[in-house]
Amino acid sequence: MGGMSTKQRIGWVVITVVVLLWSLFPVVSILMTSFKTQAGLFSGKFLPPEWTWENYATILAPGGSAQDLFLPSLRNSIGISLISTVVAVVLATFCAYAIARLDFRGKKLILTTALAVSVFPVVSIVTPLFNLWRSIGLYDTWPGLIIPYLSLTLPISIWTLAAFFRQIPWELEQAAQVDGATPFQAFRKAVVPLAAPGVFTTAIIAFFIAWNDFVYGISLTSTSAARPVPAALSFFTGASQFEEPTGAISAAAIVVTVPIVIVVLIFQRRIVSGLTQGAVKG
Amino acid sequence: MASISLDHVVKTYPDGFTAVKGVSLDIADGEFVILVGPSGCGKSTLLRMIVGLEDITDGELRIGEKVVNDLAPRDRDLAMVFQNYALYPHLTVYENIAFPLRLARGQFSDSEVDERVRRASALLELDEHLERKPANLSGGQRQRVAMGRAIVRQAKAFLFDEPLSNLDAKLRGQMRTEIARLQRNLATTTVYVTHDQTEAMTLGDRVAVLRRGELQQVASPRGLYDQPVNLFVAGFIGSPPMNFLPGIVEGDRIRLPLVDVPLDDRLRTAVGEREIVIVGIRPDAYEDVDTLEPHKAEGGVRFEADVDVTEWLGEVLYAYVPFETHDAVREKLAELDRDLDGEGMRTQLVVTLDSMSTVRAGDAAELWFHPDSMHIFDAETGDSLTRDEDRAAELEEEAKEQRRRALERAKRRAEREAQAAADGEERASA
Repeated sequence: MGGMSTKQRIGWVVITVVVLLWSLFPVVSILMTSFKTQAGLFSGKFLPPEWTWENYATILAPGGSAQDLFLPSLRNSIGISLISTVVAVVLATFCAYAIARLDFRGKKLILTTALAVSVFPVVSIVTPLFNLWRSIGLYDTWPGLIIPYLSLTLPISIWTLAAFFRQIPWELEQAAQVDGATPFQAFRKAVVPLAAPGVFTTAIIAFFIAWNDFVYGISLTSTSAARPVPAALSFFTGASQFEEPTGAISAAAIVVTVPIVIVVLIFQRRIVSGLTQGAVKG
Repeated sequence: MASISLDHVVKTYPDGFTAVKGVSLDIADGEFVILVGPSGCGKSTLLRMIVGLEDITDGELRIGEKVVNDLAPRDRDLAMVFQNYALYPHLTVYENIAFPLRLARGQFSDSEVDERVRRASALLELDEHLERKPANLSGGQRQRVAMGRAIVRQAKAFLFDEPLSNLDAKLRGQMRTEIARLQRNLATTTVYVTHDQTEAMTLGDRVAVLRRGELQQVASPRGLYDQPVNLFVAGFIGSPPMNFLPGIVEGDRIRLPLVDVPLDDRLRTAVGEREIVIVGIRPDAYEDVDTLEPHKAEGGVRFEADVDVTEWLGEVLYAYVPFETHDAVREKLAELDRDLDGEGMRTQLVVTLDSMSTVRAGDAAELWFHPDSMHIFDAETGDSLTRDEDRAAELEEEAKEQRRRALERAKRRAEREAQAAADGEERASA
């Protein structure tokens, strides 16, 4: 940054502020809405005229009107997203390792298929899936969502991890094998520790994809047995026909954003780049 | 510790390329053998086949008495130092060295591991770096850690794959002597791959010269230098390389560019009925007549040469004399140059002169050499015609004898140290 003139620096500050405002405004706006009373919603002001926890009580406190809807769906969302992330990352780790290290027939095919699956429009397979799931009993269950989520998370995980494994020098594994390791030990002791940052990055991406899904969530569930939060939000209702559930939805949106922020903060420290430095001539 | 023996070992890759074409080589227990050759000669492939990282297409590989063709690397009990060191970046130096011991689960207690790691690190002077990560070490330190990892578990043999090629010149010289010292002390069978002929000549008990996957000659460094079997070995060993000149036989003389040499008995027998041969003369066989002591000059040949370029290096002076080669050998010599990774654009004589010589670029110098220093090669096959089998055997015998003495010294030293350690323990318990 030392090489910048005052003019450039001011330019950068202005751009940064504009981008921050642009991206943070909706979030802050929702945060403010979640603290407004029913009457405050229509005040037309950015800040709540009157601060209240009422909306949070609606979705979280015992006896809150939307609590039955929100809490089970939060549990569903966390459970389903975590399981599909773990499964995707474990499967993708093995798959990507094979793709990066081995020379086998059909390697290109796997990669292209993965890419094709990930760009396939979700909406077009939702209806067939709905019918299929109903006839085989997966409709409105956790596995019924985990499986389609895997189709979204696996391809991207395979691609990211394969790129990551390719950077790890093969000599490390060979050295481990000469030092007395079985191929699996070499993988576990020499490759996995180095791949950890890549694996965590991939896990975060996969988790976001599952967490943010709406189309599968709304189409393949009917009760709180498996309905995730994004779908549940659309079922919120006001206290009467003439009341909008805006406040409660805003509060729920804030609540589901919090885990994501926590996840990012936890894993941020583990995404340490440059760990491979020193393995080979640096 | 064990001997390693290769019996007609072949490596053919799936794409049909044969990198190693039937190499047979016996490496005795405790011997230091160098595999050397220009790039692409199959030396690294051969080493990786010994350690088990490449499959053996055909032939047999034995370690000790056991055929190990199909054994996984970990079951061969060999230690290898990789060209890029291949240190585990997430582990400290201590854990890097301890890694092979930790893998042999149950064999070593924590205190044994600690003792062995400390011994290796003391030997390699790594004590103060044990808690650091490889990323924070210099090239030479990383190299030593890689060696520590190799020596820590007392494997049957050490394998080195161009271990010094990533170091700068000064460090390379220091590490070279370190490796020599280490091997003499431990007396562990060692196979060492390099393309650097200084390493080959200084480190090895025996040197195996490879060319395009074929073994050319296995001999002691002196044997290779004095009694090469063919043009390739003669051209590869020695720096600056041997000069190759076309020699046309005319009656009792052989005509070289710049000078005619009378044929004595040795040369006569070598030449036989041939009309044209390739003559090899090492650069250090030449002398500047001005700095030559008169009594040495007897029996030699003198000639005038126009020196094109000189390089003064302090201890020697290199003089370059361009000459016209002969059509009959041009193709053969050009092919040899390509084999040796060279890109010779002109044919020139390289002459190593005394650094006191006053010859400078552009001068006409009077040079001298003795016909006894001439090697003669067949112009078609490239085989040496002047190789003296008796002398070669004698050189090998000498080298073997030296080796035996070195091993005995190592053994005595080990016994003394074991005795000293035992005494120390007795004293401690008493």
